[in-house]
Amino acid sequence: MSAGDVRLRVQKVCLSFGGVQALSDVSFEVGTSEILAIIGPNGAGKTCLVNSISGFYTPQQGDIYYKNHEITGLAPYKIASRGIARTFQNIQLYSGMTTVDNLMAARHIHIKPSLLSSAVYFGPAHRREIQHRKVVEDIIDFLELESIRKKVVGMLPYGQRKKVDLGRALALEPELLLLDEPMAGMNYEEKEDMARYILDIFDLRKIPIVLIEHDMGVVMDISDRVAVLDFGRKIAEGTPEEIKVNQSVISAYLGDAGF
Amino acid sequence: MQPCGTFNVDYARDMAILRTRTQWVLTIGGLVLLFTLPLYLSDHLLGMINMLGIMIVAVLGLMILTGYAGQINLGQAAFVTVGAYASALMTTRLGMPFWIAMPLAGLSTGLVGFIFGLPSLRVKGFYLAMTTLAAQFIIPTLIAHVRTDITGGGRGLTVPTPHLGDIVLNSQTAMFFVIVTVVVLLTFIAKSLVRGPIGRAFVAIRDNDLAAEAMGINVFRYKLLAFFVCSFYAGIAGSLYAHWMRFINYDILTIMDSIWYLGMMIIGGMGSITGAIVGPIFVYALDQGLTWGANQMGGTFATLPATLPAAIHVMVFGIVILLFLAFEPRGLNHRWEVFKAAYRLTPFSY
Repeated sequence: MSAGDVRLRVQKVCLSFGGVQALSDVSFEVGTSEILAIIGPNGAGKTCLVNSISGFYTPQQGDIYYKNHEITGLAPYKIASRGIARTFQNIQLYSGMTTVDNLMAARHIHIKPSLLSSAVYFGPAHRREIQHRKVVEDIIDFLELESIRKKVVGMLPYGQRKKVDLGRALALEPELLLLDEPMAGMNYEEKEDMARYILDIFDLRKIPIVLIEHDMGVVMDISDRVAVLDFGRKIAEGTPEEIKVNQSVISAYLGDAGF
Repeated sequence: MQPCGTFNVDYARDMAILRTRTQWVLTIGGLVLLFTLPLYLSDHLLGMINMLGIMIVAVLGLMILTGYAGQINLGQAAFVTVGAYASALMTTRLGMPFWIAMPLAGLSTGLVGFIFGLPSLRVKGFYLAMTTLAAQFIIPTLIAHVRTDITGGGRGLTVPTPHLGDIVLNSQTAMFFVIVTVVVLLTFIAKSLVRGPIGRAFVAIRDNDLAAEAMGINVFRYKLLAFFVCSFYAGIAGSLYAHWMRFINYDILTIMDSIWYLGMMIIGGMGSITGAIVGPIFVYALDQGLTWGANQMGGTFATLPATLPAAIHVMVFGIVILLFLAFEPRGLNHRWEVFKAAYRLTPFSY
C-alpha cells in the first residue's frame, strides 16, 4: 500500500497492564477502501487494540497514525472529532436519552455549541437543530429505527440497542469506523441484518471499516482482509481464503496437533 | 401535551414545546396571571412567593448540574451565599447599581463554582459530594473571618434597596416583579440550554461518561461548564436574596438548605426543568402549610405542650417526603409525563 491509500497505520504497538502484556509489537494498516476484520480467541487483545486506537489506552511503545498524522496518546474526544468512530462490545449508550437524542448527541462534534448561542433557543440555534435533525433522521431511516425514535434506549431490547449504538457512531460522520463485535449475542437473522448494514455503510459512505468479530462465517463473507491476534501478537494477516488455511491460525483456535 | 390523533409533520413542530394554539393561549394566560398576582394576593403571600422564586433559581442551577450533568453538589447554599455577598459588596463598597451587580454576582459565583468543580475531573459520586461539601464549610468560614472590614464578618452586612430610575423597590410587590421576571427569564434559558447540544452533552456525561468521551465530547470541559452554569444560577439567586432581605450574614443559608435544594430537585424529578419548578413549590407549600397547621393546633389546644405542634410539623413533613420517595422516586415530573402519555393515547389504548 502506498502512503496515500492508508487511512490508519498501527506501528509496533505494545501495551501492558502491570505484568500482563496485552499487545506486543502489533502492526497493521487499514486502507481507504476496505473492510478489515480482526479476529482472535478470547483475550487475544482485540478490544485493547480498538481502545488504543480510539484513545482510551495509551500504548507504552509504538505509534498510531491516522491519515498520516500521529494520534497516539490523544484524548478520546479529540480522536473522535478527527473522524474515528467506534461502537462498543458491551453496548455503551446514554441510557436515559431517547434514540433521537442519542444520535443527536453524537452530532456534537459537528455542532460545536457555544454557551451564549445555546442560551436562547430561537433563531440560529433552532435552525441548527433542524439541520442536524435531518442528518439524524437519515440514519434512523437507514437503520430502520423509526418505531423506536422517541423511546428511551434503556428500555429497548438488546438487538435494537446494538443498532442504536451503530447509528450513534454513524452520526459522527466518521472516516474510519471501528466496530467492536457488532454481532455478539444476536440471532441468525439479526446477524444477517447487521452484515447488510455494514456492507451498505461501506458502499454508501465509502469509509474503511475495522471489524472485530467472533462469527467466522460473517468475517469470511464480508471482510476484504483479516488480521489474526493471539496472546497480544499478530500471528497472521491476509485475505479470508489465506487465513482459512493458515496453519498458525488453525492451531491458535484449535490447539496444536503435535502436543 | 398533545391530544390523540394529531401528528407532527415537520421537525420544527416535533421539537417544539408549545405545539397547539390552546397551549399558546394557556401559556400566555398563565404568564399574565403570574404577573398580575400582586393584585389578588396579600403582602405576606407575595413575600412567600418571592422566597420561593429565589429557591427556584437556586434549584434550576442545581438541576442543570446534578439532574442533567450528573455531578452531585452539596454546596449550592454556599454558592448562593457567595452570590449574595458578591452582589452586596458590589453595591455597598463599589456603589454599583443592583442591575449591574446582579449579573456580575452571577459571573463571579460562576467562577467560584468553576474552581470547586475542578476536582470533578478525578472524582465522581460520593467523593465529589465530599469536595462540594467542603465548599459549604469553607465559604461561610472565609466570609466570617477573612477581611471582615469588607465583608462585615459576623455582624453581617446591610444591603441598599435597589431602585429603578426614581422608583425605589422596597416593597414585596416591587421585588415580586423583579424576582418573577428573573425566574421566568432563567427558566427559559435553562430550558434552551438543556434541549440543545449543550444539554445533550450534559446528559451524555451523566449517563455514560466513557461513551461521551468516545463520541467527541470533552467531558472535563462540559463538567466545568455545568459547574459554572449551576453556580451562576446560585449567584443570581444570592443577589436577589441579598437585595430582597436587605440584610445578609455569613450563615443566612446552611448545609440544611443545600440538602433541601437537592431534596426539592429529587421531588420535582431529576433531569427536568419542570421538576426544578414544581419541586420547590411542592416542598415549600407543604412546609408552609404544615407550619400554619401547627400554629392553628397550638392556638386551638392551648393545653398542649408548646413544642408539640412544631414536632408534629417536622414529623409529618418527614413522613410525606419519605412516602413520596417510596412511591414516586422519579418525582412529580414523571407523574406529569405519565399523564401526558395517557392523554395522548385516549381514547385508544395503543
